[in-house]
Amino acid sequence: MDILANLSLGFSIALSPYTLMLAVLGCFLGTIVGALPGLGPSNGVAIMIPLTFTLGLDAVAALVLLTSIYYGAMYGGRISSILLNIPGDEPAMMTCLDGHPMAKNGRPGDALVISGVASFVGATLSTIGLMFLAPILANIAYQFGPAEYFALYLLAFCTLGGIASKNQAKAAFASCLGIMIAMIGLDPNSGMARLTGGNLHLYDGVDFLVAIVGLFAVSEVFFFIEKHGAQGALNVVLGRVTVPWRDIWATRWTMARSSVLGFIAGVLPGAGASLGSFLTYVTEKSIAGEKGGFGTGVPKGIAAPEVGNNAAAGGALVPMLTLGVPGSGTTAVLLAVLVTLNITPGPTLFTDRPDVVWGLIASLLIANFVLLAMNVPMVKVFVKILDLPPAVLMPFVTMVAFVGIYSLTGSYFDLLLVTAFGVLGYVLRKLDIPTVPVILGILLGGKMEKQLRDAMVLSDGDWTYLVSSPISVGLLIAAFLGFIAPMFLRRILRKPTPPETAKGRD
Amino acid sequence: MRASDRIFGAVVVLGSLAYVASASQIAAPFFSDPLGSRAFPMAVGIVAAICGAMMVFSPDEDPEWPAMRSLLALAVATVLLVGYAYALRPLGFLLPTAIVSAVLSFQIAGRPVAAVLTGVGLSVGLWLLFRFVLGLSLQGLPAGWG
Repeated sequence: MDILANLSLGFSIALSPYTLMLAVLGCFLGTIVGALPGLGPSNGVAIMIPLTFTLGLDAVAALVLLTSIYYGAMYGGRISSILLNIPGDEPAMMTCLDGHPMAKNGRPGDALVISGVASFVGATLSTIGLMFLAPILANIAYQFGPAEYFALYLLAFCTLGGIASKNQAKAAFASCLGIMIAMIGLDPNSGMARLTGGNLHLYDGVDFLVAIVGLFAVSEVFFFIEKHGAQGALNVVLGRVTVPWRDIWATRWTMARSSVLGFIAGVLPGAGASLGSFLTYVTEKSIAGEKGGFGTGVPKGIAAPEVGNNAAAGGALVPMLTLGVPGSGTTAVLLAVLVTLNITPGPTLFTDRPDVVWGLIASLLIANFVLLAMNVPMVKVFVKILDLPPAVLMPFVTMVAFVGIYSLTGSYFDLLLVTAFGVLGYVLRKLDIPTVPVILGILLGGKMEKQLRDAMVLSDGDWTYLVSSPISVGLLIAAFLGFIAPMFLRRILRKPTPPETAKGRD
Repeated sequence: MRASDRIFGAVVVLGSLAYVASASQIAAPFFSDPLGSRAFPMAVGIVAAICGAMMVFSPDEDPEWPAMRSLLALAVATVLLVGYAYALRPLGFLLPTAIVSAVLSFQIAGRPVAAVLTGVGLSVGLWLLFRFVLGLSLQGLPAGWG
């Protein structure tokens, strides 16, 4: 029983008072971050990263804090979806569809409790899934050489943003842009400066933390300035919160199905939590059929997307930890943390640093119970936070982000870069170009090139080496399919359902 | 109108080609691996240029661009943040932070008194937080003032 032994190691780390305190703090901050419209999980984790380093947290502590924020944000996102009809973050969008109608029908407390329990079920089951699947995947990943890793990175870039974005050229451009930025700096093989334009500040390359904070946090501030902070007012009165046991019990199969589906969506590289909540909602809606009343505020319609996005959040950690390829935007941010802490995710992580992996898994299990307590009995505390006006919140976020970066590098040049990335992020998001692939490109571009060059060294310049193993061929085919499939799927998904009269002809 | 994507796509094509040209000038080291330092950046640049061309030829609908006044506000915010980057070291934390957060707050909500209060409050509050709770060594006042 390897897993039990590992898990007890994990709990011995996670239950130390200090780690436990960080987990609780992370859960609390995360729920706030998730609940506030305009601050998603990626934003929340991004602005916390520089502070984590300046506080001098070690690897386990930093990771526990940041993943608790990540999980917490996934829970918190539903609060503003239900009460304001504004998703607190992208994956919580589907929760608006049934959550807000139920709140308007006079049952806001029930909606919050059902979705809180759903989040708990999804997150806990997927953390257990992570526990079992990750070591298996790590064992497979041992057989990966440079050719396989190159194919894997290609797969991540091809599938990322594919489904989230409407235009494949734009998603592909976003990846290229990230990789192009990653090339700036000293060439790791020869030590020569590349593409720096002679600017000494750029010799170390562009720090991905700078890019993350700029693209996510600063660009969000620009959007708030453009909209002048127009925000829906709280139009729902939250009375006493009770637990609707009957409704929760009625959604048990929905929760079970959605956990599996969400977890799978999370594990797929590049798909992430938004896809998880979308798929689970659509699936449950079609299972329930017309009589299900989806969209009018039914418990299943609230449970499905919440289970889905939380299960996907756990699933997305699987490829991040075992292969070093993140499954979503926020796990890309977490990967950046690991890399900066000198921890290389991948199969060796499981044998070299079991304390990191299992400490993290145990903390996540604990964090789920903490989050359940915060999000069901204590949910009113977080509802109060929705009253915080953006005119205070957004300057706060900007300043914390800037000081975090400044205290990390002490360079005014990085602050200029943060601003530049903020403007870039604003333009990209305006044009519907996804920003997550840019981050992933900056993060993985250098590694992708290194694997390709290593492969060419091993084979002495023979390109067929890239397709010489079944694993790499499989990954390359998956990359190709992952890139073209959304073009066709989109057409099918968008196609309007034929009216009733058209069906009777055959 | 589908001008936004066409213009942006054209910028992408030109920028990517410039990138490829600049990558082709990377100095070659004496000993190199079979692939070398140039090939990968050049290949990625070419793919990016193709993506840009696709944006030019099959653009999406234009997004809703903000009105002139909002654009001006965004420009002001950008200039302010650039100024902040240069001012933080010589002027210390308190003054630039108060100004930037007050202006940002005013730009979001348009209430001057609340904005000034937000600026002062955030500046002092964050300084106390960073300096004494988190223990960062931030210079509070302009150099030479304490």
